[in-house]
Amino acid sequence: MQETVINIEHLSKTFTTEQGALVPALKDINLSVDLNDFICIVGPSGCGKSTLLRIIAGLEQASDGMAFYLGEEVKKTNREVGMVFQDYSLLPWRTVLDNIALGMVFSGVARNESLQVATQYLKLVGLGDFARAYPYELSGGMQQRAAIARALANNPRVLLMDEPFGALDAHTRILLQKELLRIWEQDRKTIVFVTHSVDEAIYLADKIIVMSAHPGQIKETINVTMARPRDRGNPLYGKMNARILSMLDH
Amino acid sequence: MKRSGMQLNFAAPGQIDFNSISKKAKRFGIQLIWSLVIPVVFIAGWDMIANHLQNPVVLPTVKESLQILIHPFANLIGMGSLFSNIFVSLMRVLLGYVLAVLVAVPIGIFMGYYGPAYRLLNGFLGLFRPIPPLAWVPLVLAWFGIASMATLLGIKQGQWYVYLNNLKLSMVFIIFIGAFYPVLTSALYGVRNVRKVLIDSARVLGASEKDIFRLVLLPAAFPSIVNGMRIGLGVAWMCLVSAEMLPGSLSGVGYLITHAYTVARTDIVVAGMISIGVVGSILDFLFRALEDKKFAWQRLSR
Ligand SMILES: Nc1ncnc2c1ncn2[C@@H]1O[C@H](COP(=O)(O)OP(=O)(O)O)[C@@H](O)[C@H]1O
Ligand SMILES: [Mg+2]
Repeated sequence: MQETVINIEHLSKTFTTEQGALVPALKDINLSVDLNDFICIVGPSGCGKSTLLRIIAGLEQASDGMAFYLGEEVKKTNREVGMVFQDYSLLPWRTVLDNIALGMVFSGVARNESLQVATQYLKLVGLGDFARAYPYELSGGMQQRAAIARALANNPRVLLMDEPFGALDAHTRILLQKELLRIWEQDRKTIVFVTHSVDEAIYLADKIIVMSAHPGQIKETINVTMARPRDRGNPLYGKMNARILSMLDH
Repeated sequence: MKRSGMQLNFAAPGQIDFNSISKKAKRFGIQLIWSLVIPVVFIAGWDMIANHLQNPVVLPTVKESLQILIHPFANLIGMGSLFSNIFVSLMRVLLGYVLAVLVAVPIGIFMGYYGPAYRLLNGFLGLFRPIPPLAWVPLVLAWFGIASMATLLGIKQGQWYVYLNNLKLSMVFIIFIGAFYPVLTSALYGVRNVRKVLIDSARVLGASEKDIFRLVLLPAAFPSIVNGMRIGLGVAWMCLVSAEMLPGSLSGVGYLITHAYTVARTDIVVAGMISIGVVGSILDFLFRALEDKKFAWQRLSR
């Protein structure tokens, strides 16, 4: 029996726009995420992927149903649930090292210690030489590496990732997917990773959740059992890709 | 927009790259000459017209005006020197301006941070925004008359009385109004326009509301606040002449200009105008230097 970390029951979310119109974003989502799972959520743009992650993170409240973290209803953000965003989110006036130490600043860790830990995570993501650089001096890929290091340095139990590589070029993207897996293999933190790239989902996930839009619903859950590291040349890879893409078409 | 300050220098450490230095000096020289073209043409044109008119009341020559500027400590038409008048004006502007900053920055930040405060105050403050500071004059005179800081502090004689009596409350109020809105607006929008993802990402890292205010909102809004403070200082300085035309004013560059006009000393008028321009530019330059140095991240981000 696996330990369930995140549990979502009959969750719906309807936004009210400023003009008062109702926008149904999620409808009756049921989902559970076990400890050490690497889960990918794929779906067309606007199907509510970000909203779902934000509710799990406690940044947004469900309209109906509930989200649980370790059996407790999520009502606000929690240091144990980290998140990496698609948009660049480093604080531009802090050095990269000071950004990575940010979570520890909030939790009152002594400065010496926090910088030491931050340096360690900086090296983990391959940015050892950029401690004193400012975010604007980094490429997009490097900024996302730093954002991942910042989330990990806070030592969360679960890492939520919202299209973290969505803005990167294809080459950097594949490089970072590999890096992410390398880091993940070290302690297999539970990861919920949102993407609209089916290829990325198959490369990364143990389990893929396919969503459809209007309103956002879960269409299908697919286990990926191919051995890691996965080979994009493997015919199974291509077959799965084609199958999920056709699901998204309907 | 990347500026030349960001350019990397590939010369080996410890070895001075004379080639690049001379290139830089050359570029700087060309830029300097280029930026002087229009002023030189302007001054030459002014002098030509003045010499042609031969009427110093309409337009004094450059030489006549310069004569006053290069003797800043000379007593002018019995009103003290140019320098002492500029000094008095500067004190008035700084007092009104500092008060405006002290009131507008906290209100602006609070309105930007706290939605209900914005909805409560924005409409009300917006009503007063379009009113030119000068339009306040009659009301301000009715309120304050010729009361000054000396009156307010109950000082009736001595050296301090002389200084403080120059700081008329009516003038300070006019300058305050002028500086208030630019500072308020930039503090307000500085806080409102902070990218949401910065706040969200701090929140998921465990930031408290206080952390977010102190470590995210304030630093993110800071460049905008300082920018508004710079603009506010410029406006405050521009309100000077209208403030110093108020009754009870017997000194200051603004008064010097209006008084010189009544005795047909246009050369003093022009010299006064030039000093207002120069002092204003210096204040603006100092602020810009601070912004450039402290907020490079903002200029270079994105
Ligand atoms: N704050 C909001 N107010 C109103 N509508 C929103 C808001 N956030 C998201 N939506 C709407 O909810 C739907 C799902 O959005 P989102 O979760 O961002 O989708 P995805 O991440 O899959 O692209 C979209 O139709 C979007 O327009
Ligand atoms: Mg999204």
